[in-house]
Amino acid sequence: MFSDYSAPPMWQNGPALGKYYDFPNVSTNKISHNSTNGKQRYHTPLTTGTSVIGLVFNGGVILAADTAGYYGSMMRFNDCPRIFQVNKYTILGAGNDYADIQYLNDIIKQKILDDDLHNDGIALKPKSLHSWLTRVLYNRRSQFDPLWINAFVAGMQNGEPFLGTVDKLGTAYEDKILSFGFGTHISVPYLRQEREKNPNMTKEEAIACIKTCMDMLYVRDARSGAKYNIGVISNEGSEVQGPFESVGHWNIATHGTPGQE
Amino acid sequence: MFRNQYDSDVTVWSPQGRLHQVEYAMEAVKQGSATVGLKNKTHAVLIALKRAASELAAHQKKIIVIDEHMGLSFAGLTADARILGRFMRMECLNYKYAHKDTLPVFRLISTVGNKMQVCTQRYDKRPYGVGLLVAGYDDNGPHIYQTCPSSNYYDVKAMAIGSRSQSARTYLEKRLADFPDSSLEEIVKHGLRALRDTLPNDSELTTKNVSIALVGKDTKFKSLDERETGHYLSLIEGEERRGGGGGAPPADGPDDGPAPPGAPSDPTPAVAMDTTD
Repeated sequence: MFSDYSAPPMWQNGPALGKYYDFPNVSTNKISHNSTNGKQRYHTPLTTGTSVIGLVFNGGVILAADTAGYYGSMMRFNDCPRIFQVNKYTILGAGNDYADIQYLNDIIKQKILDDDLHNDGIALKPKSLHSWLTRVLYNRRSQFDPLWINAFVAGMQNGEPFLGTVDKLGTAYEDKILSFGFGTHISVPYLRQEREKNPNMTKEEAIACIKTCMDMLYVRDARSGAKYNIGVISNEGSEVQGPFESVGHWNIATHGTPGQE
Repeated sequence: MFRNQYDSDVTVWSPQGRLHQVEYAMEAVKQGSATVGLKNKTHAVLIALKRAASELAAHQKKIIVIDEHMGLSFAGLTADARILGRFMRMECLNYKYAHKDTLPVFRLISTVGNKMQVCTQRYDKRPYGVGLLVAGYDDNGPHIYQTCPSSNYYDVKAMAIGSRSQSARTYLEKRLADFPDSSLEEIVKHGLRALRDTLPNDSELTTKNVSIALVGKDTKFKSLDERETGHYLSLIEGEERRGGGGGAPPADGPDDGPAPPGAPSDPTPAVAMDTTD
């Protein structure tokens, strides 16, 4: 049975030399028994950004997000902008883990630089960026190591407004109204109502709507901040405006009407 | 026979500052059957002359489809063209997978240029023995690009490469100003006439030996079938053939046509850096 060249174990099921005894069904030594090569392949967001909202108006798109960076429920950072101008056709907005947002934004900035270096007048289009983000985020989730991001792409393509989103699993879709986080609960019903009333919103009307949403979110979302940026894109070009500042108030505590604050 | 001290390796310079192996590779393009590319404001067209290896063989394919917005015709080593074609297809497919869009033509051409350049700088490789005419359409409009074994590439308005192609270039140069405002049918006809000028007097363009492909605004890259090719051929049928066909090769150097039998077969290379003339 045992090779002539190695000593037999001291006793059946006993510990190896220099090791502690493992009692059956009592794990005293988790690492050696339960780890998968010592690699833990999931994480949770650390510094987070809250809501992003997007709205298509007649001839363009708006994205908005505040600039607060939260450590759990603690407002740790004040100036974490989450709306980025990609190029003249495209704006990017993102929520959730701010480190992952910065990481992805750095890669996108490099892509823009590569585009510019070709010097052929061809720049990343919104649908292309949306597709690319889908590939990247889905690929990362497939490695069980997702980038904890909800990304929003707004832009103009072939003269038409485009608004799309991708989450950390690579789930991607387009809509006229999009949001992430608490904005889904607070802003989307309001924006849907406004769009139904006025399907061909002008840019000014849409900006006013979005600003109302950001004010509502500041009052109601405990993870929000007062300062926010708005990215506006239309056939005239793209720009990130702001930071604007919401002024808090206590009207709603005494039954103020949403949207009229 | 001792010929040249400096042509045994791609990476060896001659004292005149030339790379003979690269220049020999440029010659391979001139052995291939001719192909013409030209464009108007909306479309790019490729016309190619197909050869049959023997009476028993079919005519060799000369046009390779790369993607829905791009394709190429070639002159030189067919095998090398197919490798490059496969590479270009992969590049287009990968770009489309990531970006849901077609790869801009110039971006692909510069990648191909970089790939081909490597072979001119490494002792364990040989240059590609093929010249390409790439026709494509993107946001910047229709394009014709020419690539060479020397890994130079050119954005061209119209071009002809391959054997006896100087006659076609002469034709294209004469009509160059007409192309931008010509209709698609007109530029196909111009292309066919240019290609016909490369033929010896005793041969003709037929549906068997001509390939036509086109791409453009709202038109996916398409290699025409025999019926459609026949339609375009009938449009130039019976026209008087201009000079060039069967005549003496233009005095532009050692280009074109097989060497007379029995002549010394030392290659006389063109200058690799200046290929458009």
